[in-house]
Amino acid sequence: MSSATAAPTTSLATRLRWGLSDSLVLARRNLAHVRQIPEKLLDATVQPLMFVLLFAYVFGGAIHVAGGGYREYLLGGILVQTLTFGIIGPATSIATDLTEGIVDRFRSLPMSRSAFLLGHLISDLAAALLALAIMILSGLIVGWRIHSDFPHALAGFGLLTLFAFAMLWLGMLLGLIARTPDAVTGVAFIVIFPLTFIANTFVPVGGLPAGLREVAEYNPMSAAAAATRTLFGNPTALPAHPAWPLQHPVASALGWCALTLLVVVPLAVRRYRVRTSG
Amino acid sequence: MSSFNAPATGAQASGVRAEGLGKRFGELWALRDVDLDVPRGTVLGLLGHNGAGKTTAIRILTTLALPSAGRASVAGLDVVADAALVRERIGLAGQYATVDGLLSARTNLEMVGRLYHLPRAVARERASELLERLGLTEVAGGLVKTFSGGMRRRLDLAASLVGEPPVLFLDEPTTGLDPQGRNDLWALLRELVDGGTTLVLTTQYLEEADRLADAIVVLDRGRIVASGAPAELKARVGGDRIAVTLASAERLASAEEAMQSFADGPSLVEAEELRVTVPVRAGSRLVEIVRALDAAGVDAIDVHRREATLDDVFLTVTGAREQAAPEPAEALAR
Repeated sequence: MSSATAAPTTSLATRLRWGLSDSLVLARRNLAHVRQIPEKLLDATVQPLMFVLLFAYVFGGAIHVAGGGYREYLLGGILVQTLTFGIIGPATSIATDLTEGIVDRFRSLPMSRSAFLLGHLISDLAAALLALAIMILSGLIVGWRIHSDFPHALAGFGLLTLFAFAMLWLGMLLGLIARTPDAVTGVAFIVIFPLTFIANTFVPVGGLPAGLREVAEYNPMSAAAAATRTLFGNPTALPAHPAWPLQHPVASALGWCALTLLVVVPLAVRRYRVRTSG
Repeated sequence: MSSFNAPATGAQASGVRAEGLGKRFGELWALRDVDLDVPRGTVLGLLGHNGAGKTTAIRILTTLALPSAGRASVAGLDVVADAALVRERIGLAGQYATVDGLLSARTNLEMVGRLYHLPRAVARERASELLERLGLTEVAGGLVKTFSGGMRRRLDLAASLVGEPPVLFLDEPTTGLDPQGRNDLWALLRELVDGGTTLVLTTQYLEEADRLADAIVVLDRGRIVASGAPAELKARVGGDRIAVTLASAERLASAEEAMQSFADGPSLVEAEELRVTVPVRAGSRLVEIVRALDAAGVDAIDVHRREATLDDVFLTVTGAREQAAPEPAEALAR
């Protein structure tokens, strides 16, 4: 039994190394859950595929887009919508963990305090990237193509990853606020559906009635979808005089992501501290 | 707590210490003015009903909650200032099994080992060893959510032992265990304590505290109402109880009087239940008591002997029978 008198002064490097190791242990735990409940992976695999097929074949024939085929237009919107649904994953799993005793177990262990949130972030980012890959593949199958040069395409993927990251932090905050995991799903759907539909995700904003059109033009989802289309060289189908965010979709999308992270990350960290002390 | 064994000298000797520890939730003190001194390698039993503050005390000592007043140290380290170091030296098995239902028993233990920063191979070895020790080897690969309550409790205990902690905290460890499981657990805890582990456990059962603890602290509504070695406490509380239930209320007084010659302390008359309970001197024979009751013309429908319970401790200590109803304090503490 060690005497436990002198507190070993752990260096920052050691703490960082353990922080990363702890986060990976917890990320692996979250991914192991998927093996037990494979349905958890449905929203990252089958759901995006389903949306691509539904819109490409069911609605596609009825929606006309200037400057290219609907499928070329569609994918930017679907990518953004699916990544927005990524809010639900971390929100439910964090809310579930908080309602069970497992967080007490973690907190009584000598692990890094931030590992709980980072572990969720890593595993959910992995799920989001899987969803992204599946959507890109299914897009390619239905006839969508990247028409831009390599740097722009790379920037497109970078933007989508940043967007996914912001949505995951939003989800984590939601999970830390929610009282029960069930509450999360309800709230998330009420917010995500209007947010991703009153936008240029599936239809060009030009066709929307006045009022709704303004909402759609300033909706961050529209900026993100338009930025994705721009970077991939797909038709943006913008109206004649679009609002500022749609004239500069990439800058707006980056701005929205940065703003979201600037606001949400400190809130989530603070909320986590509050929820796990007392 | 001057009545505790030998006074601890220095951090080395002290397993767990607390001075004036208190926890307030809004207006309510869930814990107040609690002093503890648990020498290394000994067992403290925290005895009390639901809502007495037992869990709150454990949560503060295991760094899960911050005290509103006072201070506490574990293995010589302050639970607030040195919380991170305290966590390296403690094991906790909570009242609600804190294991992951969606992992196998083995994966749970390996994960906890990795979070104690054990190398992967060591964590794996330690998991196998603990599964074996707690009789879970056969279900090691099974999903924890399919486990019975008792199996979960055992796995939770195994998780608390992964880091080979010098100080172990167990919150109502035998709740939900069958008698066999309880005996096995008691034997295991004895073994750990003999090996030098300091143990703090909470229980609602006087018998359990008596079996395991070197010292008992009785909590009631967040305050210490009695403390001492089990023998001291039992000496104060008295031995077995004889409870007599009557057919009608008329003879309650005569029944109490008839038993007076066997009594070792104040009797308890529960008029509504038509019951008289008396702590009896050691060596009192049930048959003699029945004869005395009969001679007094008492129409008893039930006479039985039982061991002293937590309620009897409270009756002796506070002079009033306590209700076992949970108070809001503990609910808030969650």
